[in-house]
Amino acid sequence: MSFWELIKLALGTFHTNRLRSFLTVLGIIIGVMTVIAIISLIQGMNYEVERQIASLGSNVIYLQKVSWGMGRIDWEEITKRPDLTLDDARAIARLPLVENVAPLRARTINRVNYRNRKVTGLEMFGATPAYATIANYRLATGRFISSEDSLRKHYVCVVGAYIIDNLFPDEDPLGKKLNIEGKTFTIVGTLERKGSFLGQTQDNVIGIPLSTFEKSFAPKSGFGELAHSLSIAIVPKKGVPLERVLDQIRELMRRRHGLGYDRPDDFGINTQETLREIYRNITRVAFIVMIAVAAISLLVGGIGIMNIMLVAVAERTREIGLRKALGATTRDILYQFLLESVLLALAGGALGITLGLSIAKIVELTVHLRAAAPLWTILLGFGFSATVGIFFGIYPASRAARLDPIQALRYE
Amino acid sequence: MLIKTEQITKTYSLGKTCVRALDGVDLEIDRGEYVALMGPSGSGKSTLMHILGCLDTPDSGRYLFNGEDTARLNDLQLARLRNRAFGFVFQNFSLLPRLSALANVQLPLLYAGISRSQRIRRARELLNLVGLAERMHHRPNELSGGEMQRVAIARALANNPTVILADEPTGNLDSKTGAEIMHLFDQLATKGNTIILVTHDQAIAEHARRIIRLRDGRIVQE
Repeated sequence: MSFWELIKLALGTFHTNRLRSFLTVLGIIIGVMTVIAIISLIQGMNYEVERQIASLGSNVIYLQKVSWGMGRIDWEEITKRPDLTLDDARAIARLPLVENVAPLRARTINRVNYRNRKVTGLEMFGATPAYATIANYRLATGRFISSEDSLRKHYVCVVGAYIIDNLFPDEDPLGKKLNIEGKTFTIVGTLERKGSFLGQTQDNVIGIPLSTFEKSFAPKSGFGELAHSLSIAIVPKKGVPLERVLDQIRELMRRRHGLGYDRPDDFGINTQETLREIYRNITRVAFIVMIAVAAISLLVGGIGIMNIMLVAVAERTREIGLRKALGATTRDILYQFLLESVLLALAGGALGITLGLSIAKIVELTVHLRAAAPLWTILLGFGFSATVGIFFGIYPASRAARLDPIQALRYE
Repeated sequence: MLIKTEQITKTYSLGKTCVRALDGVDLEIDRGEYVALMGPSGSGKSTLMHILGCLDTPDSGRYLFNGEDTARLNDLQLARLRNRAFGFVFQNFSLLPRLSALANVQLPLLYAGISRSQRIRRARELLNLVGLAERMHHRPNELSGGEMQRVAIARALANNPTVILADEPTGNLDSKTGAEIMHLFDQLATKGNTIILVTHDQAIAEHARRIIRLRDGRIVQE
């Protein structure tokens, strides 16, 4: 009996039992749907996150009080760490492998007012002129913070597009005065729009001179102090291996902090690679969860298929007997039922893939996350369902194939 | 000798009681014979037919088909024998309900590995032969009992079997339709087919040229 004949035979069976076939493969549909949706979202997220990490400025090293994503955090040890200082920044700037250095502080600002308008949920940084190039900030209009501003602690600021959208929908913001937590700042420049990330705007930033930041938004103590403590953004010279620069900075800082050879670092050196590492750890967890969900639903789906195939074998005992009487071999019957379960599973897989891609598309449209489903995810979906179909179909099929023709014919 | 059995026995266990369906049957049937296996219900005639058709195996004794001991055949060889050497007609017609008459007739050809176009040609030919040319695309539930049995006979003839085995072929038919079906068997016999009929009905058995009577698993009269 040819393969095509077997396929037609199996399809005929589904056609007569449409609802039952659908309910049977629900588990597989859900399993494959989850896998496909999550993979395409993670793929899209990978793309976005890589873009974000790259936008931090290629090769920028951030020297901070703590390392990013350093596993278990020992707050007691961290609070005892010395603050980074502007002197540290100057010392680093003198290192032979370092091109540029920008010390900065950052904090969130609850509210900014302009006349009777207000905007909330902003990020403010205090920086030196060098920061513009390091952090890839391009100006739409006006200028960035100047050395003059830093020196004289001017109350000037550059603002992101989100703030302009909210406070100056139809005015030129340059020269206007903003009220930032009770202090008045003059807008000297506007930043180019950066767009949003995971549905979160990235244009809700205000930049002021670092010296002004230190004077007016003095760090609080405790956790706040840590969050607002000085960071130093460092750009190495071109063509220098990152490792060598990192070594130089580490050595300098250990010397400045007077650390013995047996003491661990009391500062954190963070790079884009650190971020990628953290991100990989997060997605690894997501992958594990996904695999668990998928495995469970495929298992449930597979058991569903096995169950329904056993019912089908029982229901069609007479048919099996008759087919054997007419010359069907054990293998003919085995293939007939095995193919039925595989096709059933594949149909579920196809539906799951379609639904998974649709979900990814919907998420893409609502969160503006670019979902990407490469061909291999679709092949994976089909591969999974075919495997489930074979694995859970083999027992019912072999039971059908082993039926004695005469027992099967007598069966009522 | 086409069919030869030597001291065949077969026992069934129905719950706690054992039923001896066949109790030492010696039988010889030659090519071209038209034989009726006759007996009351429980005489073992159906069991004998199933063994002759290789649907069942004897507990003891030997069954030689065409000189070959069927006990020595493996699964695949038995399937091939059922496919090519025997054509079965059952009392309850045993058509697959989802398939048209044409597709039902094609089943043995399908398992014989015959190509689609040849299968269809052969199946049409056979349905013509049994007088069902007009109804070949109908499904079993759209056919009368007599028509269903004609489809079953056409199917039995599909691979030009050596032996046609019919188990109470008129059992579910009224007497007029039954007579038509028997006429079909008579015609097939005249053309030289080997036919073994299983029946409890004397009138049906008399169509055959040789009547073998069974009682309690033994041949009591030839």
